[in-house]
Amino acid sequence: MLSNNKTKDVLLLVIFAVFVFSGPILMTPFGAAYPDLLQKFAIFGLFAIGFNILFGLTGYLSFGHAVFLGVGSYSAVWAFKLFSVNVIPALALAVVMSGIFALLIGFVSLRRAGIYFSILTLAFAQMSYNLAYSVLTPITNGETGLRVLRQDPRYLDAAFGAEIGAQLPPPSLFGWVMTGWSGFYFCAIMLVLGFALSMVIFRSPFGMTLRAIKSNQNRMGYTGFNTRPYLLSAFVISGMYAGLAGGLMAATDPLAGAERMQWTASGEVVLMTILGGAGTLLGPVLGAGLIKYFENIFSSYNTSILNDIFGFLPDSIQYVVVEITSLFVGEGWHLTLGLLFMIVVIFLPGGLMEGFTRIARIKGTASSKGVANSPQRDVVAESEIKATPSNTQPAE
Amino acid sequence: MEDIVLHIDDVHKHFAGLHALSDVNLDIRRGETHAIIGPNGAGKSTLLNVCIGRLEPSQGKVLFEGTELTGKQPHQINQLGVVRVFQTPEIFEDLTVLENVVIPMLSKRDGAFSLNFLSRLDDQADLEGEAVKMLTDLGMGAHLQQMTSALSRGDKRRLELAMGLVQHPKLLLLDEPTAGMARADTNATIELLEQIKGTGLTIVIIEHDMHVVFSLADRITVLAGGRVIAQGTPDEIKGNPKVIEAYLGEEPV
Repeated sequence: MLSNNKTKDVLLLVIFAVFVFSGPILMTPFGAAYPDLLQKFAIFGLFAIGFNILFGLTGYLSFGHAVFLGVGSYSAVWAFKLFSVNVIPALALAVVMSGIFALLIGFVSLRRAGIYFSILTLAFAQMSYNLAYSVLTPITNGETGLRVLRQDPRYLDAAFGAEIGAQLPPPSLFGWVMTGWSGFYFCAIMLVLGFALSMVIFRSPFGMTLRAIKSNQNRMGYTGFNTRPYLLSAFVISGMYAGLAGGLMAATDPLAGAERMQWTASGEVVLMTILGGAGTLLGPVLGAGLIKYFENIFSSYNTSILNDIFGFLPDSIQYVVVEITSLFVGEGWHLTLGLLFMIVVIFLPGGLMEGFTRIARIKGTASSKGVANSPQRDVVAESEIKATPSNTQPAE
Repeated sequence: MEDIVLHIDDVHKHFAGLHALSDVNLDIRRGETHAIIGPNGAGKSTLLNVCIGRLEPSQGKVLFEGTELTGKQPHQINQLGVVRVFQTPEIFEDLTVLENVVIPMLSKRDGAFSLNFLSRLDDQADLEGEAVKMLTDLGMGAHLQQMTSALSRGDKRRLELAMGLVQHPKLLLLDEPTAGMARADTNATIELLEQIKGTGLTIVIIEHDMHVVFSLADRITVLAGGRVIAQGTPDEIKGNPKVIEAYLGEEPV
């Protein structure tokens, strides 16, 4: 009664995994079925899932989460340089280093709540970004970006006597290379694992405690909870997710640059989470996919593509339609995204997931009405399994 | 010697020149229901806030079972077994009624911090069973899955009380449990509190309603102007001219 039952959760996870792994087929009609883009969907999905554990559950809005993405990328590239082209040390180092950074930044930032917390995280992020370009150049290689070179030591590979040919091999997991489709499938596995862990957290006493902190942090103290370690744990967990995402970025493309830590990158994950639905399990993944889709597909549309699309219209009307729609594609994709974001925030404050919930409720049969559900439930997933009408709490 | 649960020793509290509490000495005995009464602004709420760590006394100290509470964090005081039920319900509005009751049980069971994210909530049958029983006993069995924001005022209050009781406190602090209630609801609350009292729980109750006070209290302390002006059994207090002058006289029962 306290949360979804296990069977439903396992079903949701299986459905999610099937969707993710059939991405190459499902995305074909949308023109997005190429490995680089699908890798991005998976990586940013992971980033947003982690961000949601902090923002969605505790309500603490970090505006500097891209730091951990950057730290993860730099750590992974260093692991490729120093240890091995194998991704295991790289991803492990990425997660550990971003966890350490999150511990330090979180420890300081969580002394404040609300807008002050957001500003502190933003300050840390901008500081890290600028340091990466200036004094930390020996570690980050400044504007050129950190890259893997043929003459790097790779002590582990050397110790095992691995030969490198004339060309530097791409990162791999015991021969499973991280480029192209095989790279996508590796990222997809990581995404599904990350999703499963976030589901475990959402359904645990720890997860419920975080939601209670979001609801009334003051009261938590009088209820016997020391809220700060809870918040710090959530912050570190979400930082480690971001580090893993950063590490995967470096694994699929072994290059790390400071622009990954810029505030726009931090803002992007906020948009993804809110667009999809903060505090829901699936929302952040949806939001990440949607934004990356817009960024890569809408931005590539140009007038000639539009002319093809609207070719069936009479010439004069076609001209007008193409002129108008061209404002929203190509360079103008930000305009489309901005409008979409505004519409969602105004009409669906709970994000796309709230929209799906409403549709599910309208469709639902009247057989079992009157049972309100807790907002941690994934109503879409439930209604896929069994049409159950339900209410969710409108977001604040 | 009497078994003293809470020992308030010479507590003063000043707010920028205002003496909210002056020289307050008070002992709460184990198992008693002790009412603190007094006109508005007498310092009752301030005293309660000092006890739970919301306010630091300017002078003096508060001892709970020999442990000094002064300077402790609210969560540490709660973990010792001092639980406050708030006057205006301070519940978790985004959680269901059942979850609201399970939350305090978690802190009781797992301590002030527990990184317990590998177990599942729906596997905690012991917690859930007790929470359901508590809510059913309080007549809220039909609302288990409801969001608390949709509850009526009276139900929110009962939920607030349930959240305190499930922690099995050693000392329960009740802040005006019947304020703003209709007479029928007040009587129902008195009955409920009598049952709780029957379990041997030590209760401190702040209350305006003399009907409630004289129905429940074993002993009464009267505050006025931040000072203790009288202390004793209900009968002693009823006949005390100082109390009648300070309090009962201006607010007929």
